[in-house]
Amino acid sequence: MKMILGSLRQYKKDSLLAPAFTALEVIMEVLLPFITAAIIDEGLGKGDLQKVCLYGVLMTAMAALSLLFGSLAGKYAASASSGLACNLREDIYGNIQTFSFSNIDKFSTAGLVTRMTTDVTNVQNAFQMVLRIAVRSPLMLVCSMAMCFLISPGLSAVFAVAILFLACVLALIIRMTLKVFDQAFRKYDDLNAEVQENVAAMRVVKSFVREDLENSKFSKSADGLYRLFVKAEGLLAFNSPSMMLVVYSCMIAIAWLGARSIVSGSMTTGELTSLFSYVLSVMMSLMMLSMVFVMITMSAASIRRIREVLAETPDLCSPVNAIHEVADGRIDFNHVTFCYRHGSGRETLSDVDLHIRSGETIGVIGGTGSGKSSLASLVSRLYDVDSGSVCVGGQDVRRYDTDALRSQVAVVLQKNTLFSGTILENLRWGSEQATEEECRQACQAACADEFIQCFPQKYSTRIERGGSNISGGQKQRLCIARALLKQPKILILDDSTSAVDTATDAKIRRSLSEHTTRTTKIIIAQRISSVQGADRILVLDDGRVNGFDTHENLLRTNAVYREIYESQKKGTGDFNRPSPSMKEGA
Amino acid sequence: MTANLTAASQTEKTQSRRISSALLRLGGYMLKYYKFHFSLVVFCILLGAAATLYGMVFIQSLVDDYILPLIQAAAPDFSPLASVLIRVAAVYAAGIAASYAYNRIMVNVSQGTMKHLRVDLFSKMESLPIRYFDTHAHGDIMSVYTNDVDTLRQFLSQSLPQVINSAVTLAATLISMLFLNIPLTVITLVMAAAMVLTTAKLSGLSRVYFSRQQQDLGAVDGFIEEMLEGQKVVKVFCHEEQARNDFRALNSQLRESADKANRYANIMMPINANIGNLSYVLCAAAGALLALSGTAGVTVGTIIAFVGLNKNFSQPITQISQQMNAIVMAAAGAGRVFALMDENPEADEGRVECVHAQELPDGSLEETESRTGLWAWKVPQKDRGFSFVRLEGGVIFDGVNFGYDEDKIVLHDISLFARPGQKIAFVGSTGAGKTTITNLINRFYDIQEGTIRCDGINIDRIKKSALRRTLGVVLQDTHLFTGTVLDNIRYGRPDAADEDCIAAARLANADGFIRRLPEGYQTVLSGDGGSLSQGQRQLLAIARAAVADPPVLILDEATSSIDTRTEILVQAGMDALMKGRTTFVIAHRLSTVRNADCIMVMEQGRIIERGTHDELLEKKGRYYRLYTGNFEEEAS
Repeated sequence: MKMILGSLRQYKKDSLLAPAFTALEVIMEVLLPFITAAIIDEGLGKGDLQKVCLYGVLMTAMAALSLLFGSLAGKYAASASSGLACNLREDIYGNIQTFSFSNIDKFSTAGLVTRMTTDVTNVQNAFQMVLRIAVRSPLMLVCSMAMCFLISPGLSAVFAVAILFLACVLALIIRMTLKVFDQAFRKYDDLNAEVQENVAAMRVVKSFVREDLENSKFSKSADGLYRLFVKAEGLLAFNSPSMMLVVYSCMIAIAWLGARSIVSGSMTTGELTSLFSYVLSVMMSLMMLSMVFVMITMSAASIRRIREVLAETPDLCSPVNAIHEVADGRIDFNHVTFCYRHGSGRETLSDVDLHIRSGETIGVIGGTGSGKSSLASLVSRLYDVDSGSVCVGGQDVRRYDTDALRSQVAVVLQKNTLFSGTILENLRWGSEQATEEECRQACQAACADEFIQCFPQKYSTRIERGGSNISGGQKQRLCIARALLKQPKILILDDSTSAVDTATDAKIRRSLSEHTTRTTKIIIAQRISSVQGADRILVLDDGRVNGFDTHENLLRTNAVYREIYESQKKGTGDFNRPSPSMKEGA
Repeated sequence: MTANLTAASQTEKTQSRRISSALLRLGGYMLKYYKFHFSLVVFCILLGAAATLYGMVFIQSLVDDYILPLIQAAAPDFSPLASVLIRVAAVYAAGIAASYAYNRIMVNVSQGTMKHLRVDLFSKMESLPIRYFDTHAHGDIMSVYTNDVDTLRQFLSQSLPQVINSAVTLAATLISMLFLNIPLTVITLVMAAAMVLTTAKLSGLSRVYFSRQQQDLGAVDGFIEEMLEGQKVVKVFCHEEQARNDFRALNSQLRESADKANRYANIMMPINANIGNLSYVLCAAAGALLALSGTAGVTVGTIIAFVGLNKNFSQPITQISQQMNAIVMAAAGAGRVFALMDENPEADEGRVECVHAQELPDGSLEETESRTGLWAWKVPQKDRGFSFVRLEGGVIFDGVNFGYDEDKIVLHDISLFARPGQKIAFVGSTGAGKTTITNLINRFYDIQEGTIRCDGINIDRIKKSALRRTLGVVLQDTHLFTGTVLDNIRYGRPDAADEDCIAAARLANADGFIRRLPEGYQTVLSGDGGSLSQGQRQLLAIARAAVADPPVLILDEATSSIDTRTEILVQAGMDALMKGRTTFVIAHRLSTVRNADCIMVMEQGRIIERGTHDELLEKKGRYYRLYTGNFEEEAS
């Protein structure tokens, strides 16, 4: 709670003003029945038109003030709650940006999105409710009670009993309901998961003609959910009758006792009427309070989920006396062991010991799941090793400022992403100040310029979300160009020409070696042809170094390498490549 | 300017029409299941309102009829007051009972309506064609179940009874007021009209901003999703700060619209409440004037009673206005719910069934109940009888043209001939139309031109369910369901025995890893089998297809995520599975297609080469170039 409210910042003032104005509004509202009583007793009762007008004007003025305060309270409540929501989203997003991938994997992308939208909206609504009602109701309660005591201390004792009774009943109902609601909401999540599963797997459902099965499964879950909600809300249905019971009992008690007081002369009829309206407002505020309580508890789950993200500390952070300069492109893996889930025992990389000189070109080859991409992620410190160390430029990557490190290590990822925006905007991710000419040069080096020139709008062509409007090969070449613009000391290409045909692949490699002579290059690939020109080739097998030598030596000494080579000698073994006529289309 | 205004009021009008029609339909839907319940609810609300009103009238008369006489009496006798209080207590008790009854019944009505809505939505969704899922974002479909159905809950369980209750109170109060004093009623009505007008104005304003808020929320949502998906890229380019700045802009836009929407909604209550106060003052003053001038026999008691009624009249209007947002949101939700309900289900005019069969001594076929391993198409004849055609799995495409949109053909003049038991492979680049062909065989999509026949029967004469049962499909993206491993394999054939499932798992070489799972075959998978590797999931999908034992198999990149070493294992299982079945294979790995009876090389929706592996190599065409890797860039 404290953590959530910590995000109020510049809206703290509004969050204080809202209840303050609400308090003023409540005071006006509480005073109004007094005036009403005066109008009846001194005006209408005595037939005094002047008094009626006098109090009428007074009441109008108070109504105007109440309107003013109420509106201001509403305005500030809206601004405070929407401001809190805004800050919360920003804080969550900011925190996510500091997350390592182990952190993100923990929450899943979908989970983070729900937290920033649905959950934050829930908190926003609950907060607004609190600002407006959590202040209003208790205040109303206290003021109305005070007025009652002013009018008739004797009769007010009736209230005390009634309120105690009502509070107990409401507390009991809420307690019982929340337990059931908790169950119901969990069941609700399951139901939604079922729908999601079906939406995603519709082809499977239809292929196996299992619509009826799915329907009956869903009906059963929906029915279970129905039962739980009926149970919970069935309990809530006691809320309003029990309030009515208390209000009506009070009314009858007041009517009886009040009549006696009036007859004995200790009370006026006007006072009796206002007593009635105070009873009502006392009860109403209790009712509201119980509603707020339910609301808050229902949003407690959202608060918890948001807090989880805010409280998550990134497990990778730059050290205090961080190094800001990367000396050269030397890379050393010193007996590195790494797993994605620390302590799970499933090692992705085991005892990898490698030493790469600055400016060398290294090929990496191995089957799926052999740990090639993980190896690449460690160099730019997307993850931390479990044991051993990774050094860049002779220094442990954990001693660098992460920004400084990553600006010198360019990785073209296997699962690469372009963002919605123009080609130029996407390229400038590599270097914000890059001129159009520099961008063009990078594209030429990555063999991307040729197809960009074919687009009618050239470098201003808009890329759709995820790069869906260009081909896979084009996307990969743009991603390479984007990485080149960083002018890095180390360039890692993680299977980043897989959708490019062999000839272009060779052309890119040629042009890269011309353009980036002093850069250390690590080329991860499936095809032997992509790596055979490298200075040395690393053969990874099941997370272990199986061989690390030149193409020729490996062919002689390494069984795994030879096996791969043999299987690919006849061809690439892969038909899934863009055809030339397709390539420049669209 | 005027044109603009009329246009604006026009949209306002159509919008309110849309709101009322959506709500009416929702009401109709509820009444379909809960006519009796709901009439009981209305009755109880009336009863409760009557009790409340009775109480009000009693309080007005308390002073005039009971207290004043008591004061004047020399020896006050409280017994008439006591007896009337007991009567009032009885009426109140009835009111409380009615209130509990309608609250409780309404729980069943609203939750029940939501249950029926969900179930109807779901079964509707299951009946929709694949096209619907291709053209609608999955998130949008999900949001109908969650956000939209949720908004109905508040409407059904709170707003609706509240509105009915308020309407009843309004009507009853109005009638009492008319009896008491007509001029004062007019004043009250004028003020009430003012309240309604401001409510309409403010809720209109707030509605505009609420829908803007929804849009802004969508933009924020989209931004987060895109950025989180590309988070690795954001990191390796140190783009965190930039991303935060972009986010900040969208976020503050959302804050602004949320602020305005809530501001207008929030000030509605104080404005209405204070117009109510004003109305009270006006009535008191006018009433006093009338009473003092002695016109029309207005007594002080009447005025006191009237101002009480005046308060009662304002309250329900304020209450309804507070429900306005919930009502508008529910209408929007109901609109989307019913839009999904109104989608056209997958059409199916096929009449031909697929049945178990046994062969008679004379070589003809006969339908049987039990599983014989022999299948037949049951074709209805003109004379109401049936003829039986042996199901062998021969598939013929004849001059098929197809496009996902009518005017954009993606498959051109596809003709192919798969004899029963043959293995047909499709190779070609992404987007060449390989998967599209398989989508046509099981009629996820209908073709525009040409014919597809299965065992000589045009597939649009076959019932879709029967057709699909004969086709086993293993897709590239494996989807598993929440449940045990065994359940997931059994998905292929619900009546399969445990042994059948295990045998199928063995066939697919999945048995080994399943046994190593913590609970073996009883291990519960959740979240689309998230705890399994992609390769293991594909093995399960193959086992699932194997247990279905279909005559025709479609393998769409079924082994793409299995590493080369495992693939050798799977391949053996696949070969066993393919034996004796017509198989359509889409693959980019050589090993998978090499032994096919016929390989179709596809490009841009056409079959450009066909033949066996050796024939195609001999041809030295595109397949040869793909295979040897001597694939030069032709056009730049």
